[in-house]
Amino acid sequence: MSSEARFEIDIAVRRGGREIALRVAADARVLALFGPSGAGKTTMLDAIAGLVRPARGRIAIGGAVLFDAAAGIDLPPERRACGYVFQDGRLFPHKSVRENLLYGVRAAGRQILTLDEACDFLGIGGLLGRMPATLSGGEAQRVAIGRALLAGPRVLLLDEPLSALDRARREGVLAVIERVRDELGMPMVHVSHDRAEVERLADRVVEMD
Amino acid sequence: MTGEDWGIVLLSLKVGGVAMLAALPVAFALAWVLARLRFPGKVLVDALVHLPLVLPPVVTGWLLLLAFGAQGPFGRWLAEGFGISVMFRWTGAAIASAVTALPLMVRAIRLSLEAVDPRLEAAARTLGAGRWRCFASVTLPLALPGVLAGMVLGFARSLGEFGATITFVSNIPGETRTLPLAIYDLLQVPGGEGGAARLAAVAVALSLAALVASEALARRSGAGRGRDGREHHVL
Repeated sequence: MSSEARFEIDIAVRRGGREIALRVAADARVLALFGPSGAGKTTMLDAIAGLVRPARGRIAIGGAVLFDAAAGIDLPPERRACGYVFQDGRLFPHKSVRENLLYGVRAAGRQILTLDEACDFLGIGGLLGRMPATLSGGEAQRVAIGRALLAGPRVLLLDEPLSALDRARREGVLAVIERVRDELGMPMVHVSHDRAEVERLADRVVEMD
Repeated sequence: MTGEDWGIVLLSLKVGGVAMLAALPVAFALAWVLARLRFPGKVLVDALVHLPLVLPPVVTGWLLLLAFGAQGPFGRWLAEGFGISVMFRWTGAAIASAVTALPLMVRAIRLSLEAVDPRLEAAARTLGAGRWRCFASVTLPLALPGVLAGMVLGFARSLGEFGATITFVSNIPGETRTLPLAIYDLLQVPGGEGGAARLAAVAVALSLAALVASEALARRSGAGRGRDGREHHVL
C-alpha cells in the first residue's frame, strides 16, 4: 500500500457559460484544490468521479485512465473506484448506518478494510443500528468516510469534509482523515477553502480561482 | 346489502384492481420519462397523458370503441392474434378504467420521483452501483410511498369510472355493471332509491378510505414535501 499516487489531470469543464480548467501532474499523496467557493473545486471532483463530463482532456490516477476524450475513454462512475466523501454526507436516509457502510462492498474490486476494522478505525461501531437522520454531523461524516473506504477505492475525493461541522467536531474528523492518509496510504484529492486545513493535510496544493 | 349488491361490489373491485395493476407499469414509465428526461415534444406528451383527466369521459369511451371494436386496430389485433374481444366484457371495463386512472397515477408517481434527491443517486453510482442497482436500491425505495399513493388513487378513480365504461362496453349485469353504473340504473327505475343508497354508501366509504390512504402515503414519502420544502398534493 505504499506506492505513491500519481495524479495526471488535465481537463476543462464547461459550466454555466464559462470554462473551468485544471491541470496538474503530481506524485503527491494528498492533492489539495484550494480556492474560494464558486471556483469550481467541487465540479472538478465531480469530473474525476465521473458525475460531470469534461469538455476535453484526460484524467489518470495511479496509472489508471478514467477519462480520455481523445481516446474515447469515459468510465461510468461505478467503474472509477473513486471514494467520494461529499460535503453534505449524502448517507442514504432509508438505510441504517450498517447498510450504508456495506453498500459499496458488493461491487468493490478490492478490500482495504473489513467492516469491523472500519468501525474501530473511525470510531463508529456503536452507530451501526442507527438511521442517518439520528446522527450528529461529525458522526455522519465519519460514516460517509467509512462507506467510501469500504467500497475499495483507488482514491478518496474529499469535498470540504469539515465545512458542515462545528469546531469541536472538526478535529475528530480531521484526525480520522490523517489516519486514512498515513495508516492506509490512501491517495486523496482534498477540496477546501480553509488554508490551515489544506496545509495540514496536503503535500501538493493547486490554487483555483 | 343483498347478494346482488355484493356481486356488484366485487365486480367493481375486480375491475378497479385489474385496471390499476395494468396501468401501473405504463404510468410508472411515463412518470419516469416526464420526471427525468428532457426532449423535444415533452409538453405534448405531458398534455396527452393528462387528456383523459379533462376529456369528457364519453369521448374517451367512444375513442376506445373505435380502437378496440371489431374494425379497430387493437380490436382486430386482439381478435386475430389471440381470439379475444374486450367488447361488452369486464376486461373492456378495466381498460376504460385504466385509461381514465392513468393521469392521476402518473401525477402521483412523477411527484415522488422528482422528490428523490439526484445527489443520493450520484452517491450510489460512485459506490459502484450501476444504473439498475441504483434505481432499485435508492430511487425506487425513496419514491415508494408516492408510488403506493398513486396506486390507491388510481384504484379509487377506477371504481368511479362511469362515462367511458358505459360508452365503451355498455351496462351489462355481472359483466360491466360496476358500482356507478348500477347506481345510475337503480335511479332510473321507480323504487330503486333504497338499493342506490346502499351502493352509494359503499362508494363513499371506498373513495374516502382511498383518499385518506393516499394522502397519508404521500405525506410519508416526502413526495408530499418537495425539495423546495413546500407541500405538494397529488390532487
